[in-house]
Amino acid sequence: MVKLKNFFRKFYLGLVIVFMYAPILVLVVLSFNSSKSRAKWGGFTTKWYSSLFTNDTIMTALKNTLIIALLSALIATVIGTLASVGINHMKKIPRAIMIGITNIPMLNADIVTGISMMLLFLALHYELGFSSVLISHITFNIPYVVLSVLPKLQQTNRSTYEAALDLGASPIYAFFKVIFPDIFPGILSGFLLAFTMSLDDFIITHFTRGATVNTLSTMIYSETRKGVKPEMYALSTLLFLSVLILLVIINRKNAYQAKKKER
Amino acid sequence: MKKTNKILALGMVAALTFTGCGSEDEEFTLKATNNYKAGENGEVYVYNWGEYIDERVIDVFEKDTGIKVIYNTFEENEDMYPIIATGAAKYDVVCPSDYMIQKMIDEDMLQPLNKDNIPNLKNIGSEYLKASEEFDPGNVYSVPYCWGTVGILYNTTMVDEPIDSWGVLFDEKYKNDILMIDSVRDGFMIALSYLGYDQNTTNEAELNEALELLQKQYPLVQAYVVDQVRDKMIGGEAALGVIYSGEAIYTQRENPDLEYVVPKEGSNTWIDGWVIPSNAENKENAEAWINFLCRPDVALVNFDYITYSTPNTAARELIEDADIRNSTIAFPGSDILDRCSTFKYLGEEVETLYMNLWNKKSN
Amino acid sequence: MSKNAKSPAKNPSALLATPYTIWMIGFIVIPLLMVVYYGMTAKSDGAFTFENIKLIAQPENLRALWLSILLSLISTIICLVIAYPLAMILRNMKFKSNSFIVMIFILPMWMNSLLRTIAWQNILERKGVLNAFLTFLNLPTLNIINTPAAIVLGMVYDFLPFMILPLYNTLAKIDENVINAARDLGANSRQTFMKIIFPLSLPGVISGITMVFVPSLTTFAISNILGGSKVLLIGNVIEQQFQKLNNWNSGSGLSLVLMVFVLISMALVAKYDKGGDSTSVW
Repeated sequence: MVKLKNFFRKFYLGLVIVFMYAPILVLVVLSFNSSKSRAKWGGFTTKWYSSLFTNDTIMTALKNTLIIALLSALIATVIGTLASVGINHMKKIPRAIMIGITNIPMLNADIVTGISMMLLFLALHYELGFSSVLISHITFNIPYVVLSVLPKLQQTNRSTYEAALDLGASPIYAFFKVIFPDIFPGILSGFLLAFTMSLDDFIITHFTRGATVNTLSTMIYSETRKGVKPEMYALSTLLFLSVLILLVIINRKNAYQAKKKER
Repeated sequence: MKKTNKILALGMVAALTFTGCGSEDEEFTLKATNNYKAGENGEVYVYNWGEYIDERVIDVFEKDTGIKVIYNTFEENEDMYPIIATGAAKYDVVCPSDYMIQKMIDEDMLQPLNKDNIPNLKNIGSEYLKASEEFDPGNVYSVPYCWGTVGILYNTTMVDEPIDSWGVLFDEKYKNDILMIDSVRDGFMIALSYLGYDQNTTNEAELNEALELLQKQYPLVQAYVVDQVRDKMIGGEAALGVIYSGEAIYTQRENPDLEYVVPKEGSNTWIDGWVIPSNAENKENAEAWINFLCRPDVALVNFDYITYSTPNTAARELIEDADIRNSTIAFPGSDILDRCSTFKYLGEEVETLYMNLWNKKSN
Repeated sequence: MSKNAKSPAKNPSALLATPYTIWMIGFIVIPLLMVVYYGMTAKSDGAFTFENIKLIAQPENLRALWLSILLSLISTIICLVIAYPLAMILRNMKFKSNSFIVMIFILPMWMNSLLRTIAWQNILERKGVLNAFLTFLNLPTLNIINTPAAIVLGMVYDFLPFMILPLYNTLAKIDENVINAARDLGANSRQTFMKIIFPLSLPGVISGITMVFVPSLTTFAISNILGGSKVLLIGNVIEQQFQKLNNWNSGSGLSLVLMVFVLISMALVAKYDKGGDSTSVW
């Protein structure tokens, strides 16, 4: 009975993972397709991988994309986590207002956010470029951090924190010793969601980037009229595999260390 | 789990090793004169469609002229317009389509070209300059870069009659085998041409009649597409698709069963041309850019890459492959072109009317 | 928790939100006011008007709004139904490293969403991967491409991780002792779930619903690529106004309607959250 239950659990987990990864597999296969068309298998090739590394435009876009995603996710995580702690301590009405406004960038169509950000920068005579893209990304990233951290905060046991204070810990010390470890998973997933949203954004970047900044997303979208370059499939495959391998290594290491500790 | 990890890791290593060995590059005939270093003579900010140039050409331009190119791309005319209109980015040279050029002229967003700086303009065929006058009278603001027609791409294994009319797109027989174009003006152009009306009509009765036709067509259509038509037709997903002529050459190369036709009722010809926005800061460099792209050898390289028809008659003569040089898809004769015309910008009100009617097609 | 909440002035913790408040006013509230301004003025002369907002009453637009709500709602429910058991399973598996699990579900999203949607086309098309597979197994083929079902599938695919993560995070946090206590007191599995586990996971449920429902309301790329543009969603209409017609006024007007609508529906969601302040997001 337990075995059957276990089997069903693993089966279900496997099913969802297949669903999540099926299109990724398709893209990996397409990256080795010598035909430019996604609808026809033209034979196996690795030419897209070699042309990828000689393409400066793609490499610059990749660099921009990663820097913007990393910076915006980091800053959004710091601001968003602080904000969540603050919001959690607010009374019901100010809290409701804060959360309502927080959700606005998420519920606006991207094009609305993009154009209103562009108009704001133009009104301020702020030169559009790397920093304006960064600011916009931070703005639409924060809600994802708040929505990830706040539920965890609501679960934390306040009495432990207060006990720490009563025992003479400073609020900051008590926060990092008591609350932070509790909400860390939320902070982490908030950071990752923010990073993901930033990686993927096209429209808001389009309107706030000025003439010089290019990201992978803006490149991919502008290619759609003539067909997405297979180099993009190749790049995605490499990015995906590197992260996956990194992940597996880290997980192994953790498991190994955990075992060691147990001994 | 362990095993898959190992396989994945191996695959990754394999992919990386393969990339080490460079693959054969396509022959690139264009040679830079290397007179200058890029940046010696200032900069030029270029805003073009994605994948609308062989990027190696940019490099040659920089070395030939000493002008550094800051190159950026857009997806659609409508994406580009607000960026230029608000001055969110200052570009020196942009490549919009016909109706958009007209709109930008109307709104004083462009400056006249100094043709003394563009001697290579002589390579552009006079018929294309004449066609451009429909939206840019006197060819004051624009130089044609690429052009083409709109027509039907059909899969010869899936139809058993000669295709020469828009009528097949409204034929019950092809239910679920039709890929209609998802573009307001092109969509109405098809219905209006089939009914024998002008594709730039502002007559509401004619438009309503066209809408009725589009509503009847709605249940027959498998999907409304623009870019997706290429791959769907190559993959044999549908029998009929509306497509731009430039894409037809590429799709035929991938799937020989496909044929392209410009229907007898007439169709649309479009022209994308280079223009200089009025807030451009490097006008002379922009003209140097346009002049460079009009060089026959450069235009040829770009034609090979883009596969959209070039208005550069001198470049066409350089095409080695006689099949392509004489292709009626890439270079339709006057018999076809005479029944086609270009879109005009109809003003905000009428464009909104078109859009609202288009949204009603599914009722 | 509200018992402990003091006024912000007396409660230094509430001040932690200050940097965010400043950021919010600068980059959310002011742009929002611009949207309100555009939405309430005419494009031609800038005069005050309700015309842009009234656009929603056009039958096509009303239908687009209704369809968007319906499809987003279905997608959100499917996401919840898929994600909840999954999060429970993950919780029971007791992973050493929480981040590994989180990453497994985020990683697919690091490939560009346009590319992934195009890949779904390859899978779902008539001559696509799925049908080739079904034919190989001698099963009837499936033709959901270019239908609303394909749009729902695309939405579920795109937003599922946003449901899984908050659910898993809150479920993983529930103290095993609380559940054991319920069991010891004679509650069966169903009762334990309904009375203990589900209520304790509500903050995660609400975060998940927000992160799935809200963005799926405004998407339009999925309906273009997987739905074959056969249905018009409110996201398409807003995009048309802004982009194709360059009419920021009417686009803003429609956005305002959508915004008000979403705020109301999120408030309704919060109503179900009976836990009061302790779990309330609203």
